Amino acid sequence: MTRIEGHPIVRKERGTPFTFTFDGKAISAYPGETIASALFAEGVRVFGHHPKDASPQGLFCANGQCSQCMVLADGFAVKACMTPAAPGQRVEPLDGLPRLPRIDRAPEPREPERKDVSVLILGGGPAGLSAAIELGSRGLDVLVVDDKDRLGGKLVLQTHRFFGSIDAVHAGTRGIDIAARLEGRVRELPSVDVWLDSTAVAVFSDGLVGILKGAVYALVKPRVLLVATGAREKSLVFKGNTLPGVYGAGAFQTLVNRDLVRAAERLFIVGGGNVGLIAGYHALQAGIHVVGLVEALPECGGYKVHRDKLARMGVPIYTSHTVLSANGTDGVESVTVAAVDKGFRPVPGTERSFACDTVLIAVGLDSVDEFHKAAAEFGLPVYAAGDAEEIAEASAAIFAGKIKGLEIARALEATADEVPAAWSRMSEILKSKPGPIVERSALDRYLEGDAGSVYPVLHCSQEIPCNPCTSVCPQRLIEIDETDLRRLPQFRGADARKACVGCERCVAICPGLAITLVDERGRGDPVVTVPFEFPSDRLTAEDRVVVLDDVGTPLGEVSVLEVKALAKNDRTALVKVRAPRDIAARIAGIRVQEPWTSQPLPEAVEPLGDDAIVCRCERVTAGEIRARIREGYRDMNEIKIVTRAGMGACGGKTCSALIQRLFREEGVALTDVTQNVRRPLFVEVPLGVLAGASSEAAGSRASAPARGKGAK
Amino acid sequence: MPRSAYDVIVLGAGSVGVPAAWAMAESGLSVLVLDPFASPGQGSNKAAIGGIRATHSDPAKIRLGLRSLQIARTWKDTYGDDIEWTTGGYSFVAYSPREERILKDLLLIQKRYGLDIEWYDRDGLLEIVRPLRPDGLIGGTFSPGDGHCSPLLLGHALYERAKGAGVEFHFGEAAASIEIQGGRVEGVTTSKGRYQTRVVVNAAGPWAADVGRLAGLEHPVRPDSHEGGITEPVAPFFGPMVVDIAPAPGSANYYFFQLATGQVVFCITPSPNLWGFDRRETSAFLPMVAGRMVRLMPTLANLRVRRTWRGLYPMTSDGSPIVGWAREVDGYLMAIGLCGQGFMLGPGLGELLARAVQGETTPEDDEILELLSPYRIFQGQETLR
Repeated sequence: MTRIEGHPIVRKERGTPFTFTFDGKAISAYPGETIASALFAEGVRVFGHHPKDASPQGLFCANGQCSQCMVLADGFAVKACMTPAAPGQRVEPLDGLPRLPRIDRAPEPREPERKDVSVLILGGGPAGLSAAIELGSRGLDVLVVDDKDRLGGKLVLQTHRFFGSIDAVHAGTRGIDIAARLEGRVRELPSVDVWLDSTAVAVFSDGLVGILKGAVYALVKPRVLLVATGAREKSLVFKGNTLPGVYGAGAFQTLVNRDLVRAAERLFIVGGGNVGLIAGYHALQAGIHVVGLVEALPECGGYKVHRDKLARMGVPIYTSHTVLSANGTDGVESVTVAAVDKGFRPVPGTERSFACDTVLIAVGLDSVDEFHKAAAEFGLPVYAAGDAEEIAEASAAIFAGKIKGLEIARALEATADEVPAAWSRMSEILKSKPGPIVERSALDRYLEGDAGSVYPVLHCSQEIPCNPCTSVCPQRLIEIDETDLRRLPQFRGADARKACVGCERCVAICPGLAITLVDERGRGDPVVTVPFEFPSDRLTAEDRVVVLDDVGTPLGEVSVLEVKALAKNDRTALVKVRAPRDIAARIAGIRVQEPWTSQPLPEAVEPLGDDAIVCRCERVTAGEIRARIREGYRDMNEIKIVTRAGMGACGGKTCSALIQRLFREEGVALTDVTQNVRRPLFVEVPLGVLAGASSEAAGSRASAPARGKGAK
Repeated sequence: MPRSAYDVIVLGAGSVGVPAAWAMAESGLSVLVLDPFASPGQGSNKAAIGGIRATHSDPAKIRLGLRSLQIARTWKDTYGDDIEWTTGGYSFVAYSPREERILKDLLLIQKRYGLDIEWYDRDGLLEIVRPLRPDGLIGGTFSPGDGHCSPLLLGHALYERAKGAGVEFHFGEAAASIEIQGGRVEGVTTSKGRYQTRVVVNAAGPWAADVGRLAGLEHPVRPDSHEGGITEPVAPFFGPMVVDIAPAPGSANYYFFQLATGQVVFCITPSPNLWGFDRRETSAFLPMVAGRMVRLMPTLANLRVRRTWRGLYPMTSDGSPIVGWAREVDGYLMAIGLCGQGFMLGPGLGELLARAVQGETTPEDDEILELLSPYRIFQGQETLR
């Protein structure tokens, strides 16, 4: 594992490296880099051992939420994923319980910082920022609180072009650039204040919201609270599921796309929704082998264009398959998967294992809704937007935030504007699930009559909300039903008075990389332009490449004529290949990953580890929980008392949903189950910080170390 | 077939009801426990922090505390379950002459009852509770025989024993009425059925007054909502329960200790009282208690708080429990108003209640029952609440 150089999309000035030590070994890091990322870049994935069973511990959420990545930094236990590395720092693995460094001098307690504000927005992601823009542009005083050192939420990890509507939600633009645009708008608004490195820890019944602001505890009293805290990833119960190297797509994208750390050599993906499919694409872009992807359903749940894109790169997608185990001792060495029957039960005899060092779990998202629930229970004026309200695409979150912003502005009488009906409709469209897949034959029909000319091929066969291709054609030859941007784009082709000029702009902008251009005007075989988002030095003229159809079936080997970049193409390279006429229009991509990469091991690997873990913090196995359920336990609070599941640092963020799933698997309806009580705090806060003690007084970290304020 | 007639029906599967039901079943009685929550201890038992001491200032509580302490301390050896018992002792600290005087006065009473408790000066106490702030410390008491365990585990272990002894538990089922004929208890009705019995035990904690009204009685018990919290676990760094009885704005006193599993649990006594059933988190609690704890023990500054909660203390006006038979209704036994000490007094009290139902009380029991009588004159306030 190492750092990623020459990423095709992300540019990063790393600054001057420095060194710190981990377990006595020198580790190099760059300014602003977290301890976790620096360790990963050096191939260190075991950060310590659990006090209960000495199991290896490491990065899991990479998001400051779970405390799995604790290390000792200069004697203080800290979360490696949130703590920046510092020159000369002495970092030690955390084996068992940490010792609390002794302090003799009592700090002078101070009252928490207090702030009154019209609207407090928790979360500076797509929904929160969009709401802040609506509110701030109407002069309302707004405070946006975000736990990261920059705004944008998960947009800052999304290096791909977005779907959706160009006008409404910046479709065709990369997530990282949308984040910058939204942040730019927010920063222009004088009434909007932003606290970075600040984590909301609790909504209290007296209407105050506790916020860990760097190393200061603040209490904010809003007139209205908007919860835009996004989502957390669902987990999965299987053997070896807590081995270092098993983690969520969010953690992976943080390492790869934010920190440019090549977090894996060989990656296996569990889950065929958009999150897993996109993460696979990001991995390939980072030079990581994607060994395969399993999806339990007969079809991937994500957009077909994302699925196809991955398949075209040479990644095998195993539908109706599940993961049985991650295998290894101090980290993942292989994964074992199997086919499932209609009841999602593994089919004996179908087990296959693949060598890999990382298993990425992308099996869906749950709303981070505890602040909204608490505020609603306390009768406080509260709204939710984006994934915190309903899981959908980031484009939908952008629009949902805008609508909620306007609704709150109305509620606070800062405007009389009503939410336009068109907004509500757009919001519904952006949230809609992908439609059915259109038959190829219907798609092919429009190509008739284009022979001998130049024309785009739209390898887009599933209705999703997306329209960038319609906006860039200088001849206006690509159209989507104006009343519904989910309809498939149509190339008007030969029946139109104007003709395609072969400008390739549609090829460059399509977020699904699903448009190619076939030029049959010249002599000899047609020339096909294919979009390509990999390091430009990877292909040069005269290279021989394998071209594939839209779903990844190899069509043959062809020669590259040219690799070029359009002036305004924003990092999507265009590759021209010459291909025989019979395959030219079917070419949809160029294989970047060789088939040998994804070969299974000769024999299926039996897992070494014991049972699958449900509660990572307290190391409680699925077997222990199942036994309680079979004994008749129906109160999750009682299961917690007896097993400790949910008592750990994360506060049941991961295990609650897993325990519910076990109930269902045991044939118990959730209506018969008493849910466990969710209590504050959302993340742990040092007593010294709550006491208002200055960090100098405590003579220590006391505690969340302020990262260099990334105010931009 | 579930039966519909029981010797005793206990209302409340909490800190008092569960051990009482167990002791009664052990003495040969058929017992049904009704509780509106979904599982045992979900009212206030799980909100307890786990300290068990005999070092009270009231003789009845001292005796019940001594017996409860013995049960908790010997639990693992007797029954095998690990309830995380730690004989860490209790230390009441004095940083001002006021606390020094109160504690030294109490010491006389506690000594009179033979309790193992001593006064230590500054340096002596610092040897016992090393991370205390030395600055300004006068001294304090230390009672090495007291201790703490997991209220969740002890509560559940008691429940398992009670079930094993034949007690029936009905969860999600509250008493809707107590049937009284000719001045005596005849049965209990719930939304799910009617059960015959000649003895009803009110062990409903903060809800005791509501249950009393089912029998046409008014109980002077009302809940005071205390707030507590727990930290992340760290390696052991101090042993005893530390109690600071110095008043400060918002809190009359506060106390904390380190669990066997490494977490520090802490709780305050609110001042003024927060009367009522509100168990929702307040913004005032954490800054207030953190300020006090960090001043008392500066090392705590770097310890992270993990969770907070509130629990209801069923208070009486004099700070002592109300235990005994009703004069107005035959067969109605009160074990109420434990004032937040249901967990630490419950095991001992449960045995006494069983003897009371069997009519086999000892002279010592009778003395306790007289002190805790529902018909006593309520006056004064116990010093160590």
